[in-house]
Amino acid sequence: MAKHHITTTINGEEAEYLCEPQETLLDVLRDEVGLTGTKEGCSSGDCGACSVMLDGRLVCSCLVLGVEAQGKTVETIEGMADGEVLHPLQQKFLEEAALQCGYCTPGVLIAAKALLDINNDPTETEVRYWLAGNLCRCTGYDKIIRAVMDTAADMRGA
Amino acid sequence: MSGMRYEAPNSVDEAVKLLADANGAARILAGGTDLLVQLRAGMIDPGVVVNIKNISETHGIAADGGAFCIGATVSGAEMGEDAALSAAWPGVVEGAELIGSTQIQGRATMAGNLCNASPAADSVPALIAAGATCTVVGPDGQREVSVADIPTGPGQNSLGNGEFVLNIKLPARPANASDAYLRMIPRTEMDIAIVGAAVNLVLDGDGTCTEACVVLGAVGPKTITVADAAAALVGSKVDEAALAAVAAAASAAATPIDDKRGTVAYRTKVAGVLASRAAAIAAERARS
Repeated sequence: MAKHHITTTINGEEAEYLCEPQETLLDVLRDEVGLTGTKEGCSSGDCGACSVMLDGRLVCSCLVLGVEAQGKTVETIEGMADGEVLHPLQQKFLEEAALQCGYCTPGVLIAAKALLDINNDPTETEVRYWLAGNLCRCTGYDKIIRAVMDTAADMRGA
Repeated sequence: MSGMRYEAPNSVDEAVKLLADANGAARILAGGTDLLVQLRAGMIDPGVVVNIKNISETHGIAADGGAFCIGATVSGAEMGEDAALSAAWPGVVEGAELIGSTQIQGRATMAGNLCNASPAADSVPALIAAGATCTVVGPDGQREVSVADIPTGPGQNSLGNGEFVLNIKLPARPANASDAYLRMIPRTEMDIAIVGAAVNLVLDGDGTCTEACVVLGAVGPKTITVADAAAALVGSKVDEAALAAVAAAASAAATPIDDKRGTVAYRTKVAGVLASRAAAIAAERARS
């Protein structure tokens, strides 16, 4: 079967790739584009490790076909820092050790940023429900939730 | 899925032709949250996947004289962001918003939830209680179908070859009308309902219920419309006695399975509890 030639925008830059119809956006990002920050966990939309932004919406890239990204904008963890300057969420996760093995962290950061971009004063309950689709087997979540709340507080104070 | 083709037509006619030509070997891609999981798991092996998101008629939420037309590719997140829809049909919106995580909400559609025909589909009971219809397009043109007639059993729907759902329509409402949906899941978030209950009702100026519809999900192979529960509400002030009768009728109507997620006895009891609570919430919303 012929591959599809897809042109899209990834982290603000035009990108193009060839992909099979059944390949997921996750497969394409990792294997064709070489952006391996986005992780594969369950590949069934349950764990959130593969979270990316697609046209401004938080999605699981394992549940999006690579061909669907035609003409769309994709934002991944690689686009989160501004050059060498970490995003405040990334900085806070480091300072407060809100990660252990780190495998879920790119997805958590993408999802948390999506929340703070629309609500910079979430309650703890709102943060917990928003991140319910990001599973972490190490931290027990408390440090993650605290880091997100503290980042939001810093961003409000800035 | 090695030989799978991908098509993203721009018109209804093109999509219908692609689907009809595939003669049953096609699958429709809207939100993809069921389709991609089924592809990955090898549960399906379609010859062609037809993405309907480039068809403008599947986009957006249109309000018209109090009625709403929700395109087949509108996500749960888009529904939740629509203030007018959320005010008019809070039960329908809360059902759709209960599907999956934030990530899933960015993609999953009510039309997909309907056509996937899971007995536990969270958006379906409230749609049926609302009296929603959908526009089905196909080789013979388009037809308006009651949403209740789409699912025919677990994983089965009534759509013919070449047909797909283009939109879902909610009727205009009289004053003092509202709805509610509640579900029971073993976790606190992101799980599949073991019982779902939707209630849609209309009150008159005195607070007496004049119309009601009570629909259960996840306690049978299809949703169950509980006429006795609706009858208990109509003519009442949605008081304790009426709510107790709703609970009894809902429990009596439930025909759940017994599995590790919930026993028959538990699901039957909870069906009554949720139906009565949903009725109380819908009435409270209708009064305010």
